[in-house]
Amino acid sequence: MATDHGNADEREQRSRHSGEGRNPLKRILWNPAFAGMTSLGLLLFLPLSGCTHAPQPVHFFSEGKPEKLSDWHLVEARDGKLAPNAGVVPYDLNTPLFSDYAHKFRTVWMPSGTSATYEADGPFDFPVGTVLTKTFFYPRGADADRKAVARSYDTTRDFAPGTAHEALDLADVRLVETRVLVRRERGWEAIPYVWNAAQTDAELARTGDAIPLELVGDDTAKADREPFVYVVPNEAQCAGCHVTDVKAKQIEPLGPRARHLDRDYAYADGTRNQLAHWAELGILAGLPATGLPKDADWHDEKQSLDARARSYLDVNCSHCHSPTGPANTTALDLRSANADRRRLGECKPPVAAGRGTGDHLFDIVPGKPDESILLYRMISSEPGVMMPEMGRNTTHKEGVELIREWIAAMPGNCDA
Amino acid sequence: MRKLTGLALCVLVAGCAREAPPPSDADAAFEKSLQQQFLDAKPGSVIEIPPGKHALQRVLTLRANGVTVRGAGSDKSILSFKNQISGPEGMLVYANDFTIEHLAIEDSKGDGLKINDGENVTIRDVRVEWTAGPSKDNGAYGIYPVKCRNVLIEDSSSIGARDAGIYVGQSQDIVVRRNRAEKNVAGIEIENSVRADVYENVATGNTGGILVFNMPDLTQHGEHARVFKNKVVANNLGNFGAKGTAVASVPAGSGVIVTSNPKVEIFDNDIADNRTANVIIASYYITNFADKKPTEGYDPYPKAIFIHDNRFSGGGDSPDGLDWKTLKVAMFGLGGHFPDVLWDGYVDTKILVDGRYPDDQRICIRNGDVEVLNVDGPNKFSDPKVGKDEYHCELPPLAPVELKGKA
Repeated sequence: MATDHGNADEREQRSRHSGEGRNPLKRILWNPAFAGMTSLGLLLFLPLSGCTHAPQPVHFFSEGKPEKLSDWHLVEARDGKLAPNAGVVPYDLNTPLFSDYAHKFRTVWMPSGTSATYEADGPFDFPVGTVLTKTFFYPRGADADRKAVARSYDTTRDFAPGTAHEALDLADVRLVETRVLVRRERGWEAIPYVWNAAQTDAELARTGDAIPLELVGDDTAKADREPFVYVVPNEAQCAGCHVTDVKAKQIEPLGPRARHLDRDYAYADGTRNQLAHWAELGILAGLPATGLPKDADWHDEKQSLDARARSYLDVNCSHCHSPTGPANTTALDLRSANADRRRLGECKPPVAAGRGTGDHLFDIVPGKPDESILLYRMISSEPGVMMPEMGRNTTHKEGVELIREWIAAMPGNCDA
Repeated sequence: MRKLTGLALCVLVAGCAREAPPPSDADAAFEKSLQQQFLDAKPGSVIEIPPGKHALQRVLTLRANGVTVRGAGSDKSILSFKNQISGPEGMLVYANDFTIEHLAIEDSKGDGLKINDGENVTIRDVRVEWTAGPSKDNGAYGIYPVKCRNVLIEDSSSIGARDAGIYVGQSQDIVVRRNRAEKNVAGIEIENSVRADVYENVATGNTGGILVFNMPDLTQHGEHARVFKNKVVANNLGNFGAKGTAVASVPAGSGVIVTSNPKVEIFDNDIADNRTANVIIASYYITNFADKKPTEGYDPYPKAIFIHDNRFSGGGDSPDGLDWKTLKVAMFGLGGHFPDVLWDGYVDTKILVDGRYPDDQRICIRNGDVEVLNVDGPNKFSDPKVGKDEYHCELPPLAPVELKGKA
């Protein structure tokens, strides 16, 4: 049976949103609909009828897979926006996984009165009932072609005016899929949803989907267009990345770890550190006052090349390439914490790469990116050659350039 | 002209995976239903693959224990991944106590059937094939259990793998029997595995027939393999492995190769017409693996190898590679041939007692008139020698593999 955290919880959940306790004025500005309801009182709000803009409270399904994303009431398309519901907190990562240039809108929700427990390295220990969402979307292409989406790092068009980074502007973005990760009694489960053509709701897509799209570069003068098939993973493929311990076989969240979350976020009522914000909202317990780990933003050229490259490899590779991950058959360890240069790939012969070697001898040859298998597999977008094995069907040009630069700057050789 | 430009573009973007045509409605419906069955499988589930050739776009992943995937026969129920857009494997299993039988997996972009970290694995009458024959575009492994315990692979076949056709890696307690491996770089390979019985298989037309390898860096070291009653015939296919992979160093025309693996017993096989050599015993050093500094705790020397009672014929008459050809002609003349067994001659001097290995560590041959060519690898082939009597010894037979917990 579904567990319904009903309206009694509503107030408390809402109070978490955007730090109402700290700054009620800003909260009201952000959500006029709710402000109106507050003044009308809880009684009027309860029946919901006639209150067209009022979202129902988040629904945690302890079992089953609801047919529509909107059944969860986590993030919903309404009034031209994709907005998180009350108590649903958006977040971002220092360095994201590359997914065919898709932009991502992530949220976390926990049942009222519960909180996650801080972990220094692994994902936080989230309470039963936690639901994470990740919505994959693109800024729309300049033309009317429905397949055209922008290949762009510019996020300024993504968000609805006045919401800071709290709601997407559906006039400017195309929603593709939303992945739900739900923490149930028996563990985490991954549930994929694909957005309909009208962009009104996303439907359950357990077996995934394949959507033809076309990436259009920022420079429209260059006629830079790249057709590709956007592959929505099926449920088992979700586990392909989210099972980071091949023995335990349990799905885990990947993003919400201290080193990825330690950054600012533009909330509607101001920009501040995500971890501090979570602690303030009461959804994160045990946050140390100092000594927080922080991985680099791969795109931030003010940070060191090594830190950016290691952060990039950690996020894009280490869910498999770690001592416990499914690719531990190959002795390659790309976690940012790994200090063993050989296991990082330096002068390490491949183990099961097949044609993925590109006829190169080592994973990484210091100073020689074009002789390094690691880079060869990043450049490829062909299944069987490319790395990661799934989750992308295009080449991440800027990621490739980062790793190329990193390998080129490495001292030493493999001639011994 | 237009076509040419398209082709050139294809090469530039590294393959044309995204150009795969969309599936027919019938194939799409079949795939959706089959994918759903894999997602919904629970202990006791039987997933039936109906007869016919079914075009699939995406890897089939099995994550539930205790499942049977069953077709109507490896020539009847065919899963074709020719137009695969996501994978890269054909079938991928993270589960225990399962059986996959009577079906074929064709033309997957990566490995055909990969099983990662499973216990009580049965693969029966499964054919994995790359239908265009040996090609640089083929996936690495055909049937590929890795880090598994209690593995039975029987009555199956693999054709065209760019690495090994039937490959068991980093596993223990393994039976590989009555299979056929053809046109792969390595026909059957046991790597870094403990206790393997490889028998009554046919390995023919591969670059190397049956390989027992132990490599550095991996999660476990291998030992104890019995290779017997196999037919290892005419494995003379040109090596089409990707440079950098271990098998890329296998000379075409290799029958059985043991590399750095301790405790291997090779007996009662028919080994014939492998034109480099019917049997090669090698250390990690002779291989042209680029890396010559294997990690600590890894023993690069083959030890306790016992070759006996095999039936050898032909072979050794046209070795692969200039060094080997020159050596052959110099020692045995244009029309001559290498002896049935080649040994690279690398010796672990640390364990020598009075100039030789202790009795239980030796390379022993008890196989009629079979001779051994020590190619003197450590001195760059400068003093190769044919020997016989000095290899004449016996080792106690290795124990047969028992698959515990299997019916």
